[in-house]
Amino acid sequence: MVSPESQPAIEVTDLTIRYGDRIAVNGLSFTAMPGQITALLGPNGAGKTSTVETLEGYRRPTAGSVRVLGLDPVADHRRLVARIGVMLQSGGVATGMRPAEALRLFASYYDDPINPDELLELVGLADHRSSTWRSMSGGEQQRLSLALALVGRPDVAFLDEPTAGIDPAGRQLIRRVIADLRDRGVAVLLTTHDLEEAEKLADHVVIIDNGVVLADGTPTELMRASQGDDVRFGAPSGLDVSSLGQRIGAVVTEASPGEYVVASAATPAMVAAITAWLADMDLPLADLRAGRQRLEDVFLRLTADADARAPEPTTTRRRRSRR
Amino acid sequence: MKALLAQTRSELMLSLRNGEQLLVNIAIPLLLLVFFSAVKVLPIPTGVDKRVDFLAPGVIALAVMSNAMVALAIGTGFERHYKVLKRLGATPLGRGRWMLAKIGMVKVLLIVQIALIVGAAFALGWNPGGTPWLAIPAVVLGAFAFGGIGLLMAGTLRGTVTLALANGLYLLLLLLGGMIIPFSEMPGFLGSIGKMLPSGALSQVLQSCLRSGAGSAGSAWIVLAVWAVLAPLAAVKFFRWE
Repeated sequence: MVSPESQPAIEVTDLTIRYGDRIAVNGLSFTAMPGQITALLGPNGAGKTSTVETLEGYRRPTAGSVRVLGLDPVADHRRLVARIGVMLQSGGVATGMRPAEALRLFASYYDDPINPDELLELVGLADHRSSTWRSMSGGEQQRLSLALALVGRPDVAFLDEPTAGIDPAGRQLIRRVIADLRDRGVAVLLTTHDLEEAEKLADHVVIIDNGVVLADGTPTELMRASQGDDVRFGAPSGLDVSSLGQRIGAVVTEASPGEYVVASAATPAMVAAITAWLADMDLPLADLRAGRQRLEDVFLRLTADADARAPEPTTTRRRRSRR
Repeated sequence: MKALLAQTRSELMLSLRNGEQLLVNIAIPLLLLVFFSAVKVLPIPTGVDKRVDFLAPGVIALAVMSNAMVALAIGTGFERHYKVLKRLGATPLGRGRWMLAKIGMVKVLLIVQIALIVGAAFALGWNPGGTPWLAIPAVVLGAFAFGGIGLLMAGTLRGTVTLALANGLYLLLLLLGGMIIPFSEMPGFLGSIGKMLPSGALSQVLQSCLRSGAGSAGSAWIVLAVWAVLAPLAAVKFFRWE
């Protein structure tokens, strides 16, 4: 889909952002390509919003540089805003505004906007003609925000937690719209702390925590790179792991309550031995994953490792608000 | 141009849809004009024939303050609070056109307010004197002075603080500004303070433009002009978009 000669739409190079003494982003580098969905994935306070707001031109880097479509988001702000679409985490629309009014207003800012009525249809708000922003649900507000980000036919779309706090149907709709954007060649940068979202939607995942990149690649690469020779299964917590380990001849640990890791290749014999032991003990098996991990495993391990390396900044950071 | 027109229309529509803004912009000034013209409780300066001759210029000054200071501050303060201004910062609208749209909104509302007040005043037997055309630059200067104060509050304080302060300031500037209560009824020092306030300066200037025998208002023009320059400059300097 992406031709090999295409240039990155977003380039972040050694980006550092400080707020007073606190370092929100610490030497971050990554790129995002046109026609791809790049997910900036990390726990709350990891530096995602600070990074995105720098790319949108809301703040200047303390050090390092960012380029969007080859432009400096602050110095070339006027030229850039015509080509980007932005979805803030919350707010952004006057509380007395109705969806069609907001879309028509935003359409007037751009040279070649998408027809507002089509967009309303697309995000499922066509029958919300008379409700104002203040009377809309969180999900409806998110869908309108998404439509407002798209109305100017952007080349780059910045979506900050686009599906946070939304019901499953709204989530599906938003994911479909985002995937369409990618297919039309838009570079989509979304931030999320939702692993499932990154795994399902993204072509490229950048995992960050404490303002640094922990991992960067396609979801498949990330899962493969960190794949160990192990079998993971879910069962009631507090099992006698040494007894199980003796029976199957491998080390078993309880990684988190009710989540077990068996340090062994996922051979059919090993899987059979584990399930046989559970059957003998009359224990239910919640799930069993052989070999391939989910992105969640990668994410939790990476962020846990990073926190273990830097326990002090983490605690102070967590206590503070995002900005 | 398309964006500026759409933005101005949108600002106007939102403010006309907002009940509190209609109350402060239109209902309260009209109510004060009609009530105190009909009910003889407030003193009027000596030498004034009819109450409405004194009240009409004062209520026009009040309408300018309500619109350009109170309604603009509260509206903009909440737009800032709800990140409307932040979101606009990532569109091609730009600050210049945003500002022009706000000015356009205030201007259209002023025309509506003044038309209604003048209509009501004539119905109450108003007989304007002086040099009425000078009221136009006076109203423009007043709108810039009050608009600057309104945007200074909206751009520096939290939305709820702006709401409280704008309303408090409205009452204070109304009472001390000679709009409804003549300066001649105030203790000397309060009157002197009042005449230095933008409300006092504007009401004095409008009295001199619209009422024969009100005397000239040379120093009030200067006070008004100083507010009309300094307040917007302060707003531009200190306004924070988020």
